[in-house]
Amino acid sequence: MVESEDVRKIARLADIGIDENELTEFTDQCSRILTYFEMLDALPAGSGIDRGLINVFREDEITPSLSQEESLQNAASTENGYFKAPRVM
Amino acid sequence: MAKTLKYSCTDSINAFITTVSETLYEDGPLSGVTIGVKDNISTKGIETTCGSHILKGYIPPYDAHVITLLKASGAAIVGKTNMDEFGMGTTTENSSYGPTLNPHDTGRVPGGSSGGSAAAVAAKLCDMSIGSDTGGSIRCPAAFCGIVGLKPTYSRVSRFGLVAYANSLEQIGPMAPDVMGVSRLFSVLAGYDSRDSTSVDRPYTHTPDPSIDGLRIGLPSEFFGEGVDPTVAERVKEAVGVLESAGATAVPCTMPSMSHALAAYYVICTSEASSNLARFDGIRYGPGGDLRKSWHEEFSDRRKELFGKEVRRRIILGTFSLAAGYYGRYYHKAQTARQMVRDDFTRLFQDVDLIAGPTMPTIAFKLAEKSDPLQMYLSDILTVPANLAGVPAISVPCGKVDGMPVGLQLIGRHFEDEKVIDAAFAYEQEAN
Amino acid sequence: MEHDDVIIGLEIHCQLNTKSKLFCGCSTDFREDEPNTHTCPVCLGLPGSMPKLNKKVVEYAMRVGKALNCNILEECDFSRKNYFYPDLDKAYQITQYDRPLAEWGKLLIEGEDGEKEIRITRIHIEEDPGRSVHMGTTDRGKYTLVDYNRAGVPLIEIVTEPDLRSPKEARRFLNKLRATLEYLNVFDSEKEGSLRVDANISIKGSGRVEVKNISSYKGVEKALNFEITRQKNVIRRGQTVARETRHFVEARGVTTSSRSKEEENDYRYFPEPDLLPMRVRDWIDSIVLPELPDARRERFMNQYGCSLEHARTLTGGLKLAEFYEAVAPVDPSLAATWTADYLLGELNYRDFSIDAMPVSHFTELISLVKAETITDKSAVEVLRAILDQIKEGAPLEMPSAVVSRLGLAKTAGDEIAQMVRAVIAENPQPVADYHAGKGPALNFLVGQVMKKCRGRADPGHLNALLHEELSRVAGEA
Repeated sequence: MVESEDVRKIARLADIGIDENELTEFTDQCSRILTYFEMLDALPAGSGIDRGLINVFREDEITPSLSQEESLQNAASTENGYFKAPRVM
Repeated sequence: MAKTLKYSCTDSINAFITTVSETLYEDGPLSGVTIGVKDNISTKGIETTCGSHILKGYIPPYDAHVITLLKASGAAIVGKTNMDEFGMGTTTENSSYGPTLNPHDTGRVPGGSSGGSAAAVAAKLCDMSIGSDTGGSIRCPAAFCGIVGLKPTYSRVSRFGLVAYANSLEQIGPMAPDVMGVSRLFSVLAGYDSRDSTSVDRPYTHTPDPSIDGLRIGLPSEFFGEGVDPTVAERVKEAVGVLESAGATAVPCTMPSMSHALAAYYVICTSEASSNLARFDGIRYGPGGDLRKSWHEEFSDRRKELFGKEVRRRIILGTFSLAAGYYGRYYHKAQTARQMVRDDFTRLFQDVDLIAGPTMPTIAFKLAEKSDPLQMYLSDILTVPANLAGVPAISVPCGKVDGMPVGLQLIGRHFEDEKVIDAAFAYEQEAN
Repeated sequence: MEHDDVIIGLEIHCQLNTKSKLFCGCSTDFREDEPNTHTCPVCLGLPGSMPKLNKKVVEYAMRVGKALNCNILEECDFSRKNYFYPDLDKAYQITQYDRPLAEWGKLLIEGEDGEKEIRITRIHIEEDPGRSVHMGTTDRGKYTLVDYNRAGVPLIEIVTEPDLRSPKEARRFLNKLRATLEYLNVFDSEKEGSLRVDANISIKGSGRVEVKNISSYKGVEKALNFEITRQKNVIRRGQTVARETRHFVEARGVTTSSRSKEEENDYRYFPEPDLLPMRVRDWIDSIVLPELPDARRERFMNQYGCSLEHARTLTGGLKLAEFYEAVAPVDPSLAATWTADYLLGELNYRDFSIDAMPVSHFTELISLVKAETITDKSAVEVLRAILDQIKEGAPLEMPSAVVSRLGLAKTAGDEIAQMVRAVIAENPQPVADYHAGKGPALNFLVGQVMKKCRGRADPGHLNALLHEELSRVAGEA
């Protein structure tokens, strides 16, 4: 059971925008789904499943990198070989 | 000696997001076979959107491992198929590029999330296709569209190049009109890839064998109980009857862990997804943003505009499931439930060789029929156990209800994909 | 600085000098190159990419764990630390959280009263993010440029218990750690940014402050000194020290408050599903550690007769220790003095590393001093001349050539004796003063002889000579 303030907080933590007019709908839906999840509460915390494999490594060898052009090719905005991003407050 | 294949199709069902007009192909076991590739699998030089606006225009500089294998086998990749955004959905209605329609009834969904891949094969727009299955996303559309789809044993097919939704649950798998086609395609896809740390060296070199004399098949009561449409259940039981007449023995059984399986699945997949989808900030790929805004503002706004509602919902659920002070303990509790599902399968497989049931609890929904997310999630109940356990599972068509295909699901032990395929083949042979 | 009430803990990030990155084969040798030329789908975090662990990183990390007497965990794994920042291209950092590689070790440092043990809480492996460059000046005109060459470079994080009691101790700890890592050959201390420090500091009874972004050894002491002063001032004013994260601004030597979103973060750690657990504890047996700083220090004292002070200084860096051992054969004692007490200072002043001085040149210099061909004062002049030549990029002369060119060879014994007698003869008043018991007169006379021979005499020797001659003259008078 969660309130819209919780959804707002979580959305902020996850950097996901939600419009105010969506908030009620999201809160209602998430609340019901999270309540469904609560059936897991009765179980003890697990240590994870047996992955089957351990110790998977690669050798310390250099392999070819992308060229600068390839690296930047999908970027919407670049400058002098750098990716351009908004300012971090 | 490379040949050219010219391709065009009338895609009235919106199975494809991108198609090529021509492609080169080599000699090999799949030489000239046309393949549709789900749009969450990286194809070098071909736009890869994952059914989302946030990857509009993204052209990967590399091929997924399975694409390299397909090209080496001579296959001709003709397009990228439509899907629920980032794999999140059961109907392909969550695609940002419009829903795909079910070729059997265009007023109904094709299933999801690999709806485009299934519909393309069913509508004969291509010979075979590959999809990905996180909680049923290959098997569900295969069942709804009346084709064959296999979710291989986890780790048997490389995930390098598959845009991750839930890393610990998903596999790329083959989809084709019949079991023989799935088998041929699977033999190209399976095998070790050094770039995928979770990959194992278990190639598939099997020819389907319909002799299933003595095979023991378990029928969990939970697969035929509440929530499953009675006529769908009937078709599946008939199909099991066909297998019995081919020499198999069906026995009733029970899987108590099913009660927690769906919750465990959704906690795990949304948690992993909330992390996997955090990278789409528009700096290295994706549509450009507004550089005049501050970082967090731009990031948050972009994700609101370019992610669909279902994706945002799942990211929020996943963030809740990992966040301290909220449901942070749930990810670890879900692992317990997951281990219980694995243990159930292990126990059952001591007595039986395969587990059978319907792939989906109903036939394909009508478009816009399922609007409530939780209701939508509940329809995954029969397919998620195989993902939680990592065991192989196939859906093979077994008749119709109200003119719509019904899928028989067969689940096998880890790395016994061969046996699963054999049983599906046996059914197909016997039924036709 | 009092240390009864100061509590300091450190978190140190070191780049390991493997050839390739932690999870992909891109080269780690990126510093000279253009931005974004050492990237691939994996370290760029392109959709669909997957990490593959570099075995050598684990080996190097275990070497460090063994050298610091840590316990290696039976099974460890990687986790995702989730947060958003432009230089973190997957929006999570692959690190180790609840099951790190190693824990509970120790490092001995020179404390206020003898050796002190600083406990190591844990050592874990993680990837370096890329590098952000903040551009623009006006509010709307600001933006960030990002280079991912560094993304994916392997780091170990070493966390200490809050056992340090002063900025000086912190500096000593870092120096010892740095030397140890150099000796282990897992780390290149000369690479810019190869070692970064976050410090946790509190005054007993007050809130704990984290200081981030310290990237030089000198910076650590400065930052901590500033913090202690700042916190004590806050307490003196009757206020509470806010429990917060601050950033060190190296250029101004101050820490500033930084309440950014990252500090409020819940990182939502969970095990990395694309990587498998590691069980590598048994590797520890096959790891052969090289001679570490403490052992080398002992050996320098035993083998070369170095004083504790000299030995400590000379083993403080791997290259320095190796340099000393290369020149020691000439005369270990002179080599120790001249390296530790003279050369290091001159190098520091010119911002040179020990690499700058060729072994051959320094060896010859020491042999000239040993043979008493030149005085100590002249030797320093020669040393500076050579270093200046290096700085200017001029062709290097051997010390003997410099001595000849500048005419620095010590005046021969007889010549000196003659000069002494001449000076005594020329300066009757000072001689009389000396005999009358006025000590400074001797210094005047020494000065006069030095003038005559243009400094090419040993002051101590000269003192003795004059004294002898004056006594003889007095005896004769």
